[in-house]
Amino acid sequence: MPSIPVLLFARYADLLGTSRVELPLTDGCTVADLVRHLRSLPGGEAIPERPFVAVNMVQVDASHRPQPGDEVALLPPMAGG
Amino acid sequence: MTILTRDAIDPGALIAAVSAPERGGIACFVGAVRDHHEGRGVVGLEYSAYDAMADAVAAAILAEAESRWPVAVALRHRLGPVPIGEAAVVVAAAGGHRDEAFAACRYVIEEVKRRVPIWKRERYVDGSEAWVDPTAAGGLHPVRDDGTVS
Repeated sequence: MPSIPVLLFARYADLLGTSRVELPLTDGCTVADLVRHLRSLPGGEAIPERPFVAVNMVQVDASHRPQPGDEVALLPPMAGG
Repeated sequence: MTILTRDAIDPGALIAAVSAPERGGIACFVGAVRDHHEGRGVVGLEYSAYDAMADAVAAAILAEAESRWPVAVALRHRLGPVPIGEAAVVVAAAGGHRDEAFAACRYVIEEVKRRVPIWKRERYVDGSEAWVDPTAAGGLHPVRDDGTVS
């Protein structure tokens, strides 16, 4: 089964204790499925059910289906400026 | 070209970058690190970013501003630790007149705050730390003494 890298930033990286995890990319896997997987990991339960998610640096919604080779990133609420 | 820098930002350099003989109106916004948040004393903070996406989104915002108004716009944002009082973000917009300069400058800073993936961790006078989250109750997620976060 292919896997897909998921980048974690700021508070989400602190919650999971890492800035990158590789998750299995099952057939038909959606962004919501990846988030559900992350929330089942130790520390991941505090990640919201519907976080901002970017695929290849573009924000997508929960029904988006990442493809092998994509870069997925979980984005805490922006706090720049 | 990156908008991100770990060095002090010189607003004069951004103003110079957008200045031209035909641009008589120049607006510059400086967002500086303040010493308080939600009633707590802040002693310092640290910015981090999803660097590549931050640059891509910032480039899109600048292009939007320059297509919507007849202006040239420049933007820089600090990363890493930033002392109280120093500039965290600077926007400079220059156009023929002040109306488009103010409008473009305002547009860019508001969109940067809303869309660019940059995060801020604050340190307080009592030694505690928190991630700033404008969407959270109280605007913060405290960091526990053992380094874990809520």
